[in-house]
Amino acid sequence: MNLRDKNIIMDEVGMKRALTRIAHEVVEKNKGVQDLVVVGIRRRGGPLAQRLAERIGAIEEVEVPVGIVDITLYRDDLTMLSTQPMVHRTEVNFDINGKVVILVDDVLYTGRTVRAAMDALIDLGRPKRIQLAVLVDRGHRELPIKADYIGKNVPTSAQEIVSVLVAEIDGIDKVVIQEPINET
Amino acid sequence: MKLDRRKDLLGIKDLSREEIDQILDTAIPMKDVIKRDIKKVPTLRGKAMVTIFYENSTRTRTSFEIAGKYLSADTVNLAVNTSSVQKGESLRDTLKTIEVMGFDLMVMRHSMSGTPHYAARCTKMRVVNAGDGQNEHPTQALLDMFTIREHKGTLENLKVAIVGDIRHSRVARSNIYGLSRYGCEIRVVGPATLIPPEVEKLGVKSYYSLEAAVKDADVVNVLRVQRERQQAGLFPSLDEYAELYMVSPERLKGAKDDVLVLHPGPMNRGVEISSSLADSTQAVINEQVTNGVAVRMAILFLMMGGAKDEIAG
Repeated sequence: MNLRDKNIIMDEVGMKRALTRIAHEVVEKNKGVQDLVVVGIRRRGGPLAQRLAERIGAIEEVEVPVGIVDITLYRDDLTMLSTQPMVHRTEVNFDINGKVVILVDDVLYTGRTVRAAMDALIDLGRPKRIQLAVLVDRGHRELPIKADYIGKNVPTSAQEIVSVLVAEIDGIDKVVIQEPINET
Repeated sequence: MKLDRRKDLLGIKDLSREEIDQILDTAIPMKDVIKRDIKKVPTLRGKAMVTIFYENSTRTRTSFEIAGKYLSADTVNLAVNTSSVQKGESLRDTLKTIEVMGFDLMVMRHSMSGTPHYAARCTKMRVVNAGDGQNEHPTQALLDMFTIREHKGTLENLKVAIVGDIRHSRVARSNIYGLSRYGCEIRVVGPATLIPPEVEKLGVKSYYSLEAAVKDADVVNVLRVQRERQQAGLFPSLDEYAELYMVSPERLKGAKDDVLVLHPGPMNRGVEISSSLADSTQAVINEQVTNGVAVRMAILFLMMGGAKDEIAG
């Protein structure tokens, strides 16, 4: 399937501002960073979690623990895929029992990834609370899941693809809406 | 081909380096799961596997069973000596019976080489070879390779000595197939009666002196002396075997300083390996057992997940 960029909805500056705002909202909502940890969902949630933790830490002048959760073993669609996806490591090297976990992902869509990530987190311990932060909420939920912090709400059609690119993986920071090219 | 597109895992001989890498890479996160407080992930929920062992085993069978359970597969062990096999049922009929109960995968050990291959042709279940006669023991070789890679950082171009009864060892054969994919220099050493001349056709070098074989070695894999073979008169006595081939710290002086010592277990202390070496930090025998669970989890995940149709035979 060939894709073409339809619209750039966030550039580097826009992403930076969104993350900074989310960081302030996290601090405000939790009245500080007591027992706060940040966990990104592999893959692009990882770098975003790292950045968010740094911003939160800078506001409150503390070090906020940050980790990555791999959801492959918790996916509900494995029997529908023709090949097994690669399993990667979950790297949460701190205790999450009794902690407020800020779960971070790039795009919130069906909600299935977040469901899997919450199950994965709960197998690591019993957090006091899990809050969800996403850079883009594009709608079309299939499960009753809602984000606590949203960079940008983007109404989309199901045919469109929302791609978040991050410098750590893709060499550039931007969010684009893509659509398939109809070959006529 | 990747392992998740393959129906059966019968031997390392059939595996490409890409497939071996896929298994070893998948075993890394699996090992993390074993170390958690909650040692269970839901990924194989609703899948069923059976172990059927026509030969004694504790560690391999237990390892497969717990690997399946950590992944949430339902796991059943068929006890051959209390089953219908004793009533004269043919292997083919036994397999069919198991298959129609709905199992997705069967782990099989048999004293006759090639039995899992035959079984794989008889059944739609996926078959994993857990050791067939003197042919192969693929999961043992994979866990050995995982352990080596973890310690050495790579499998490439290592010098590996395999010590003991090469003639009867499926562990040796599977290790040779696997390690040779990575350009390792493989040496086999033991009494002349236990080193078949044809082994050199696999690209290994035969030695009869332990000291010569372990010179500059990165890894020494010590095989169990199969006491049951002693009746065949292939070596005069266990004492004499120990005198010449027991691997000990003194005997390893010519090896690399950081030489890694493997043993597939169960150990005969004082016969093929000295007690002091077995308990030293160079020996990673217990770690091999943990890694065995991780590697088998990786194999079960890759083979039992995914869509069932369009799988190559």
